[in-house]
Amino acid sequence: MAAHLKKRVYEEFTKVVQQQHEDLSAKKLRLTKPSKSAALHVDLCKATSPADALQYLLQFARKPVEVESVEGVVRILLEHYYKENDASVRLKIASLLGLLSKTAGFSPDCIMDDAINTLQNEKSHQVLAQLLDTLLVIGTKLTENPSVRMRLVEVACKHLTDSSHGVRNKCLQLIGCLGPVEKGVAKEVESQAAKDVQKIIGDHFNDQDPRVRTAAIKAMLQLHERGLKLQQAIYSQACKLLADDYEQVRSAAVQLIWVLSQLYPESIVPIPSSNEEIRLVDDAFGKICHMVSDGSWVVRVQAAKLLGSMQQVSSHFLEQTLDKKLMSDLRRKRTAHERAKELYSSGEFSSGRKWGDDAPKEEIDTGAVNLIESGACGAFVHGLEDEMYEVRIAAVEALCMLAQSSPSFAEKCLDFLVDMFNDEIEEVRLQSIHTMRKISNNITLREDQLDTVLAVLEDSSRDIREALHELLCCTNVSTKEGIHLALVELLKNLTKYPTDRESIWKCLKFLGSRHPTLVLPLVPELLSTHPFFDTPEPDMDDPAYIAVLVLIFNAAKSCPTMPALFSDHTFRHYAYLRDSLSHLVPPLRLPGRKLLSSPVSPSITPHEDPSQQFLHQSLERVYNLQHLDPQGIQELLEFTIRDLQRLGELQSELAGMADFTATYLQCQLLLIKALQEKLWNVAAPLYLKQNALASAAAKQILEETYKMEFMYSGVESRQVVIIHHMRLQAKALQLIVTARTTRGVEPLFGMCEKFLQEVDSFQRCFISELPHMQGSFVDKLLDLMPRLVTSKPSEVVKILQTTLRQSTFLHLPLPEQLHRATANIIEPTGESDNPLRFTSGLVVALDVDATLEHVQDPQGTVKVQVLYPDGQAQIIHPKPADFRNPGPGRHRLITQVYLSHTAWTEPCQIEVRLLLAYNSNRSKASAKIPKSTWSESLEALPQPENGIEGTIPFSKPVKVYIMPKPARR
Amino acid sequence: LVCFCLGPGAGQDVGRSCILVSIAGKNVMLDCGMHMGYNDDRRFPDFSYITQNGRLTDFLDCVIISHFHLDHCGALPYFSEMVGYDGPIYMTHPTKAICPILLEDYRKITVDKKGETNFFTSQMIKDCMKKVVAVHLHQTVQVDEELEIKAFYAGHVLGAAMFQIKVGCESVVYTGDYNMTPDRHLGAAWIDKCRPDLLISESTYATTIRDSKRCRERDFLKKVHETVERGGKVLIPVFALGRAQELCILLETFWERMNLKAPIYFSTGLTEKANHYYKLFITWTNQKIRKTFVQRNMFEFKHIKAFDRAFADNPGPMVVFATPGMLHAGQSLQIFRKWAGNEKNMVIMPGYCVQGTVGHKILSGQRKLEMEGRQILEVKMQVEYMSFSAHADAKGIMQLIRQAEPRNVLLVHGEAKKMEFLKQKIEQEFHVNCYMPANGETTTIFTNPSIPVDISLGLLKRETAIGLLPDVKKPKLMHGTLIMKDNSFRLVSPEQALKELGLAEHQLRFTCRVHIQDPRKEHETVLRVYNHLKGVLKDYSVQHLPDGSITVESILIQATAHSEDQGTKVLLVSWTYQDEELGSYLTSLLKKGLPQSTS
Repeated sequence: MAAHLKKRVYEEFTKVVQQQHEDLSAKKLRLTKPSKSAALHVDLCKATSPADALQYLLQFARKPVEVESVEGVVRILLEHYYKENDASVRLKIASLLGLLSKTAGFSPDCIMDDAINTLQNEKSHQVLAQLLDTLLVIGTKLTENPSVRMRLVEVACKHLTDSSHGVRNKCLQLIGCLGPVEKGVAKEVESQAAKDVQKIIGDHFNDQDPRVRTAAIKAMLQLHERGLKLQQAIYSQACKLLADDYEQVRSAAVQLIWVLSQLYPESIVPIPSSNEEIRLVDDAFGKICHMVSDGSWVVRVQAAKLLGSMQQVSSHFLEQTLDKKLMSDLRRKRTAHERAKELYSSGEFSSGRKWGDDAPKEEIDTGAVNLIESGACGAFVHGLEDEMYEVRIAAVEALCMLAQSSPSFAEKCLDFLVDMFNDEIEEVRLQSIHTMRKISNNITLREDQLDTVLAVLEDSSRDIREALHELLCCTNVSTKEGIHLALVELLKNLTKYPTDRESIWKCLKFLGSRHPTLVLPLVPELLSTHPFFDTPEPDMDDPAYIAVLVLIFNAAKSCPTMPALFSDHTFRHYAYLRDSLSHLVPPLRLPGRKLLSSPVSPSITPHEDPSQQFLHQSLERVYNLQHLDPQGIQELLEFTIRDLQRLGELQSELAGMADFTATYLQCQLLLIKALQEKLWNVAAPLYLKQNALASAAAKQILEETYKMEFMYSGVESRQVVIIHHMRLQAKALQLIVTARTTRGVEPLFGMCEKFLQEVDSFQRCFISELPHMQGSFVDKLLDLMPRLVTSKPSEVVKILQTTLRQSTFLHLPLPEQLHRATANIIEPTGESDNPLRFTSGLVVALDVDATLEHVQDPQGTVKVQVLYPDGQAQIIHPKPADFRNPGPGRHRLITQVYLSHTAWTEPCQIEVRLLLAYNSNRSKASAKIPKSTWSESLEALPQPENGIEGTIPFSKPVKVYIMPKPARR
Repeated sequence: LVCFCLGPGAGQDVGRSCILVSIAGKNVMLDCGMHMGYNDDRRFPDFSYITQNGRLTDFLDCVIISHFHLDHCGALPYFSEMVGYDGPIYMTHPTKAICPILLEDYRKITVDKKGETNFFTSQMIKDCMKKVVAVHLHQTVQVDEELEIKAFYAGHVLGAAMFQIKVGCESVVYTGDYNMTPDRHLGAAWIDKCRPDLLISESTYATTIRDSKRCRERDFLKKVHETVERGGKVLIPVFALGRAQELCILLETFWERMNLKAPIYFSTGLTEKANHYYKLFITWTNQKIRKTFVQRNMFEFKHIKAFDRAFADNPGPMVVFATPGMLHAGQSLQIFRKWAGNEKNMVIMPGYCVQGTVGHKILSGQRKLEMEGRQILEVKMQVEYMSFSAHADAKGIMQLIRQAEPRNVLLVHGEAKKMEFLKQKIEQEFHVNCYMPANGETTTIFTNPSIPVDISLGLLKRETAIGLLPDVKKPKLMHGTLIMKDNSFRLVSPEQALKELGLAEHQLRFTCRVHIQDPRKEHETVLRVYNHLKGVLKDYSVQHLPDGSITVESILIQATAHSEDQGTKVLLVSWTYQDEELGSYLTSLLKKGLPQSTS
């Protein structure tokens, strides 16, 4: 498309040269080279009708214009602008002017005067509005220049009296974006037309057109964003706008009121129709609350959202939002929540509900009942009951934010949040569960509330259940019955949805460690021990039993009296679980079992510092290996690698660091080994077999470097340099190996050139790091660069070989935090003996559930690979929506993989694993293609997906038994 | 000007809604309901009240039905077929679909079961339905040239609507029954800020502010769930339409969410037919159902199956919805008798029960019931009461008034005592008049109609161009000719008016003589006058013409010497009537004489 256009332009231009040469040269003196402007000019001259001209302009707009020719193009457009009679063409020209002035690198001050001049004689309102838009673009590009801004604002003020709403809209927008913000500037130019922008904008709050009113409010907000302190006087004006007929005005007004309430929270405003006064923030809060029951849902969402961020509001106002003041037949009625609370506190929990239980009690004074003007009253009750789920979500979010800042409010809103667990839309349920989790440190759940919360555990949606487990992890329960209830419900959940095993265990772990004293009295019952009789030993593999044990062991950690209640098999089970599920079962100090537990427990807690030290010591040791003999070097490296690997296994916090270093040393070791082979000294070309070791080493080093670069999160540029350096060495090795094995020079030429290019790009990318690399391979190579470029391939190889052998080992600095990306496939488990049967040629969906840790941008990089027994491999790209983010650094992939194959005679296993895709260009900043703002239309075209260079497997493969059956005829 | 007559029914009473509105000469009947409590003539409104003699069709311009409940449409076949009305009847599409099912059911019970005669027949229902015109939400329907109606969503039941009736610039909004809080299958009522002259609102819950719906729902679900888990059976007596569907959806989604397996049954009959319509009218339901129906229509129940008599004896847990809702007869009572003896079972009454019914007895705590044939039935099962009502509460009514911003409010469909309270509140908070007429009482409301006048665009532009920008707050003065012709008003420029009326233009000129003492020559006097005027009238164009006269805008001033006294000059000032203001100003200015300083 673009190529075609270019060609067309070129043709047009050549035509021009032949036909109207004199004419053109007379006019286009300034144009030094054939440019777009010339072609455009000719097009426009040729255009016989406005429609034609419009077509030309449209075509012209599709291709970008270089910075140098922008001004020329603008001049031509302006020239045509003055000549043009048709408003639509002028409109297009005006919009083109705006687009052109956006061109990066072009300074539009040279065309500003012309643009302002065009305004003078323009009659069409649409064109006028478009021109003002262009001026806005120009103004935003020249924000540093106050005089330009002043001038534009003046122009805008002049056109504010236009009868068309579009023009007034644009003027206000312009004033909002460019109006003077600093007081000082305003004073200097007081004499001029533009004085108090706030006043000018404020006058348009009462414009007859709702669009202009909206624009005025938006302009005011824009000024606020740019740092101007709005005057408090606007508040009363804004309040009037809340009753506007049009939703967009109301919506903007709500925002304005919110801004003002944040600016002047403490100033006092009178309450109309009474002589009382209240704080402005309270008044604004009441008004915004009122908007939660607005007729338009857009406004309702807006209002509900903003409520959340009004934290300075006084607490009695806040608490009103949850109080609807129920009544029935003019008598005060208690809410179901209050009744539940009372029922709970009176001690009789499960009384059957009678008819008339909610019978209203005391009479209320009719005069005291406010039905509508009660401000904040019940705002959240309304918001949470709203018809649109968008409003409900916004209300829940607001509740969350307010509750986080006010513990008493958190306590009060609990009932309402719990109610939201039964919302009809899953998103809302999920949101309210998350909210509850966030405020959970402020609250303690009552038993009846816990009951409602736990009822949701049976939900069929996995997300809901897991969110709820997370919530239970950090809730406070008040009674032992509560704990028991929670356990029972969780076990019920476990039997219903066995896949939740892990998450339930984790949940019980925290539940136990948070409430040791509440668990203590439950222990005999839970373990079903009896003071006199021995009870049968429970099945150790029963997940429910494990769940109970997890709860108890975690409680026992901080409750030393508990182990006395355990029976013998419990201790045995403890030992087993401590080993198999060490992340769930804490170390316990058991009486009489000291021998068993003592070697484990002390080794965990005070271990950290020595191990860190150990890591650094072993690294130090390695850096001195320059002075050792080759044999010694190899041995030292081997030992260190082994040490580091073991350390990584033992110390999960240091695993990333240890693995990273081990990998690096491994590369070094391979390199050394490869270089030490005797065959290098043989002058004759080598057999393929002979260099097998060296080429394999080179290959492995390459792989390892990719792993180092892309599999660890927290790698900084200093490490990246070293990694790339290592890669360069591997490539050199590869080159040498090939040079020594292949006969003939032809292929070598290309390889050498490519290698030199890579050295060059290395130098360019990491120029700042080069000083740190004294004596390294690259350092030496760069010294020899002039020689290398001119010499023959064979010589190049020779030089490389010697440099490679002489180069020193680079010190690898360690970053603060280094984590290795890991993936664990939870499902499929790979344990099933029943093959998944399906008809060949059709697809079967396989559920894949995996946890990912420390993966950056999993949506782009994580792929699923399926390996069939015939060696066929498939890479599946999961949808971005399949990834969830349960916590920092953690991701969860729940997706479906579609399998298909031709018929097999018997079931066989396929392998499923996760891959980390990488693209080495991704890391370099230069990969970014500069985008031109000029032609949006072109950019909308699908661009080729940035290529995946390679993949690293980073999870253990899981085997799945499948059986494609031949289709029945 | 809006004359309001509260006709046969409604008023301060629940049931038998029927309201007659006269608005700017048009007569509209709103709803045509029956009273459930009576079995004689009183059950239908007294239509003879409308016109003593003469046909109803001539008197009424249209009939509007707000929704399909029998207390809003039960008398319709009687009214149209037996009393005789042939004009249009308006209702929404779902109402039109479901209404005949209910009417037929009602007819069956009255005629076939109770053996009454002199009642409308099936054919009459069909004929009546042929007169119905269905309307869409927010569709403006022109009943005739002047009368137009428009429907707004009202919640309450499927297809319930509020109607705006508009004649010229006068309008009335009739709410019917509505609900401002959304429920499981319907959304909340919504209306434009249409500022009607009168809002006729129901006021069933005038003195109640209700608790959030969620608590009730949760309680309901929890109870059902617990009973089912225990292995008990749950009986929910319902009326066929409205709440029943809400409860079905509630249970259905709960079953789906919680993966429950116990069967839910719905006693068959007209429900199935009605459910069919619920499936069709997805656009009338709430956001959730509307959004998810592409994947699955919520009314295609997966867990709810049709009930068969034999199922009641099946072992194991189950939930049964059965009609009728007050346990006074039919299937629900049969099932109740079977299950009452087991304490594991439960009956949930989802609504109010009339005194004397079994439902009312068990709710008031009676444990031993005397059935027909002197049987004593001991009730061991649990009895629960859950109110699921779909009327707006006091706060909801106020909210609607706030949305619509009416000038007057009229409360109907409620108890007098309760309405009194609400009336007071409305007057106090919105400062509008509020009425609450009794049955048969007429309320007249005087409106202050604004009369629309067409103005030609040219004139408008010309007039607005003069003077300052239009300001919302200040009225603006315009010059033009008002033509009143064939009931229409137009404001046109004088030239056009003349042209249209075929009249020649006459010019009215005022001429005035002003005597000035000035001994000088005429042309000098003229020059002085000219200079003086030029000095005073800076904003006007003052010209000195070569023939010795002065023009100020279009006003001509000439000076001649007095025939007798040469020292006195006579200034002739002449102006047309359009320039009256300036002209009289000029004369008064000149009468003051010329300033001495210029001489």
